[in-house]
Amino acid sequence: MSDKPEKTERSGRLSVFKTYKLYVGGKFPRSESGRVYEVTDSQGNWLANAPLASRKDARDAVVAARKAFGPWSGATAYNRGQILYRVAEMLEGRREQFVREVAEAEGLSRAQAEAQVDAAIDRWVWYAGWTDKIAQVVGGGNPVAGPFFNLSSPEPTGVVAVLAPQESSFLGLVSVIAPVIATGNTAVVIASERFPLPALSLGEVLATSDLPGGVVNVLSGRTAEIAAPLAAHQDVNAIDLAGADEALAKELEIAAADNLKRVLRPQPVDDAGWSATPGIDRMTAFLETKTVWHPTGSLGASGSSY
Amino acid sequence: MTFEYAPAPESRSVVDIAASYGLFIDGEFAEAADGKVFKTVSPATEEVLSEVAQAGEADVDRAVRAARKAFAKWSALPGSERAKYLFRIARIIQERSRELAVLETLDNGKPIKETRDADLPLVAAHFFYYAGWADKLEHAGFGPAPKPLGVAGQVIPWNFPLLMLAWKIAPALATGNTVVLKPAETTPLSALFFADICRQAGLPKGVVNILPGYGDAGAALVAHPDVDKVAFTGSTAVGKEIARTVAGTRKKLTLELGGKGANIVFDDAPIDQAVEGIVNGIFFNQGQVCCAGSRLLVQESVHDELLDSLKRRLTTLRLGDPLDKNTDIGAINSAEQLARITALAEQGEAEGAERWSPACELPTSGYWFAPTLFTNVTQAHTIARDEIFGPVLSVLTFRTPDEAVAKANNTPYGLSAGIWTEKGSRILAVANKLRAGVIWSNTFNKFDPTSPFGGYKESGFGREGGRHGLEAYLDV
Amino acid sequence: MPTSASPAARALADVTASDSALRRFLHGLPGVDAVGLEARAASLGTRSIKTTAKAYAIDLAISMVDLTTLEGADTPGKVRALGAKAVHPDPTDRATPATAAVCVYPDMVAVAKEAVAGSKVKVASVATAFPAGRAPLSVKLADVREAMAAGADEIDMVIDRGAFLAGRYLKVYDEITAVKEACGASARLKVIFETGELSTYDNIRRASWLGMLAGADFIKTSTGKVAVNATPANTLLMLEAVRDFRAQTGVQVGVKPAGGIRTSKDAVKFLVLVNETAGPDWLDNRWFRFGASSLLNDLLMQRQKLATGRYSGPDYVTVD
Repeated sequence: MSDKPEKTERSGRLSVFKTYKLYVGGKFPRSESGRVYEVTDSQGNWLANAPLASRKDARDAVVAARKAFGPWSGATAYNRGQILYRVAEMLEGRREQFVREVAEAEGLSRAQAEAQVDAAIDRWVWYAGWTDKIAQVVGGGNPVAGPFFNLSSPEPTGVVAVLAPQESSFLGLVSVIAPVIATGNTAVVIASERFPLPALSLGEVLATSDLPGGVVNVLSGRTAEIAAPLAAHQDVNAIDLAGADEALAKELEIAAADNLKRVLRPQPVDDAGWSATPGIDRMTAFLETKTVWHPTGSLGASGSSY
Repeated sequence: MTFEYAPAPESRSVVDIAASYGLFIDGEFAEAADGKVFKTVSPATEEVLSEVAQAGEADVDRAVRAARKAFAKWSALPGSERAKYLFRIARIIQERSRELAVLETLDNGKPIKETRDADLPLVAAHFFYYAGWADKLEHAGFGPAPKPLGVAGQVIPWNFPLLMLAWKIAPALATGNTVVLKPAETTPLSALFFADICRQAGLPKGVVNILPGYGDAGAALVAHPDVDKVAFTGSTAVGKEIARTVAGTRKKLTLELGGKGANIVFDDAPIDQAVEGIVNGIFFNQGQVCCAGSRLLVQESVHDELLDSLKRRLTTLRLGDPLDKNTDIGAINSAEQLARITALAEQGEAEGAERWSPACELPTSGYWFAPTLFTNVTQAHTIARDEIFGPVLSVLTFRTPDEAVAKANNTPYGLSAGIWTEKGSRILAVANKLRAGVIWSNTFNKFDPTSPFGGYKESGFGREGGRHGLEAYLDV
Repeated sequence: MPTSASPAARALADVTASDSALRRFLHGLPGVDAVGLEARAASLGTRSIKTTAKAYAIDLAISMVDLTTLEGADTPGKVRALGAKAVHPDPTDRATPATAAVCVYPDMVAVAKEAVAGSKVKVASVATAFPAGRAPLSVKLADVREAMAAGADEIDMVIDRGAFLAGRYLKVYDEITAVKEACGASARLKVIFETGELSTYDNIRRASWLGMLAGADFIKTSTGKVAVNATPANTLLMLEAVRDFRAQTGVQVGVKPAGGIRTSKDAVKFLVLVNETAGPDWLDNRWFRFGASSLLNDLLMQRQKLATGRYSGPDYVTVD
């Protein structure tokens, strides 16, 4: 990348590097393993060291996500919508940083990277608007043949492990996180293995967007290593395999069967790489339908005779 | 003199069970490739009802090929034409409902009162409901032109043989899929009679294929590479096995599995109706219901009062000949299931829970289990955690709504729950917190084709019934 | 509180101490879910009562009939015919049980008494300004005393539904106790709630307890003079009430559904309700009655059918 020098020196001044950290439970810990791995740009130049999250980091992230699930799923849909919109606002302000990180990571031109980041910001806005509408679209009253009020409503599944797409480090990432949390789930996200920096930076944005800690937890490292304990974890309710290859996806789906996680298999991605407006499938994949019955009765005890 | 109800048996003569049945593949009845057969017995008497061909892997392959062949034409039919086939089926089921009710009672052991008043009306209603969807799929919220998946492999349990068939086949056909269905080995007959209904309805050959058989046939069906969709209702253990089998394939999967439903009774409940709901919740179909209210969570302040009422009510339950119209409790479906219920009940006693049953004479032949209550049960008891799938109720107590919710949710299952209180806001608050797919408030065990049914957590995923039930059979 | 308070009322004396205490008690009774109650009644209605059970039930039902005529056009002749029918319902079969009682207006009690003389058939009289009950207490009590003086064995009083619906439970209670006192030891008191006017099942449960606390020997659904009379559901609810009342106080109270029960099939289903709710202790005309007029002939025709194997017809039972 041409603007590479910006990272090291500007106007003869030695720049301050960023220590990239995990985002777990609203805090920014280093990996419990104490290990990092080298992240390079598309040319192989060193960009930063990213935490190499361990299975214990994954465990901690699940604990944080579980703790956050009650309040987040119990928040009003309007409130969740405002927070998701706040994420977009915060991102807009840090647009330049993400354009740079995405460009460096994916080897995109500035214009291409801008398009990705802009689309990602708009995607938050899109999902922010969904929070208080999805229940009306996928739920509703059921006209049962009897004196009963019967209503089906969608509810979040719980804690969702998300394997972020490997190629689309930011738009793809946002496209899998936003639908999960819009409906009230909490997420443990494994960043793109090769391009983790936009995801780790997103943690910083989420932390300043009124999103309660633990709703989104971001881990970086070896996808397969982190995903295995998550797929087998009995307190994880669902898994999005977007970032898994065929062999890993199968292996994880088998592990996920132990507690019957909801599994979203890798889906075909449009040629433009996540740029098309999504449908509601990524939300419904992590929604349960709860159906509540109640007798309606009658106003008076007119009763029927035999 | 007391009011003794004289026997009131429904006549067996309305149903004509043949000495043997074949597999139903491509519109024809056929023997199994390896010639294997098995016997199906009446669990109430152990009388052999018929000898049925037993499907093996080769038969599964033949049936899947027949379904694949039929798929092209069937899925290309205008929805309005598919609808008419399903409407025909619904009507024929209504016409033959008495025959089918008696048949189901004979093969399953459940009371005729239930097959007549619950199973069969729901079966017909289910076909009628999904018939109407067949030409309206573009309005169902799954995109402008939703497509069927292809061949659906379906494996169903023995507790509601024909109803589970309806839950599987009706939405599959309405959406344009073709079907290979394996009924349970202890209850194959109603599915085979359904094959005859398909014949009467003029359903094209190969659209519905019925393969009686055991677990190996089910496993072969689930694993068959040309199956696009797997739907299973049964135990959680088998459900997990199936989930592993289809991992990494294109097969879409829905599972409707076990449960350990909590029926929560607050101190302000409408007590007489709550007692009826508890009885219905655990003794309907001898408790062999995945959504049974098998854990009674009763507020401590009304525990004694409620238990007195409940016990008094249990003494009026009539156990015996399932064909008798006054029978409330029929036979357990199989010797195997009876052994499981017996073992778990013994474990309940061994772990210190207090066992109670009304005075109840059990018939000498067949598989029977008296309605049973366990009191002094805690969350730590096996009978509070494991699905018993029998007429055994575990009674636990709670002090506050928070505690009730916490205990109700403290299970890997999440299929059903009940709430009994006269306070509307509490119903809504508790219903909101319960992690279960079906919540019955001030009622229990109600079913309707328009009402989505299915579980959270290890009770499975996907929904059957209603608009939601279409999704499982569409490429969305 | 009147000195003649029933044992039950003594047991629960504090609840009738004041209007507010009574209100708290009645409103503290468990609620009734209408759909669940009606579903239970319907479910019991599917019991299939055949052969020997049917024969037993029909004879029992006949023995429980309060054969009733409550018309402005009632005459001594009409009441005498009714009395004769009550004693020997089926002239062709003297083994047919007599009915429990004949039920008439107070001014017909003497005639009725004479018509059933020598039999075990009781004479019940409606009183207390039947059916509306809209008269001063003094008039209601006079009504009762007249009926008693004429020899009534049982008094069927109506409650003041207006007072009940206005929440003046103690007024209703006091009226019942006053009437009970007027009945003395010689007449059994049936308290009619007119359930169709109380409208809700919660009200019916409250009225049942109120009536029982006040000393009712029977609680009775209706007058037969309004649109909704006895139904399986409201009778089931009242059977639950007498069952619970006995469990709590030791006092057994009878139940009388009245109005709208016309066929043997219906009557048998009501007996199933009794059998499986209150229990066999109530399967006796001391504890359960049918307030009916046309029901008896249908029971008789069914009885003949069971005896002969062929269907009977209206010409083979008496028109009275």
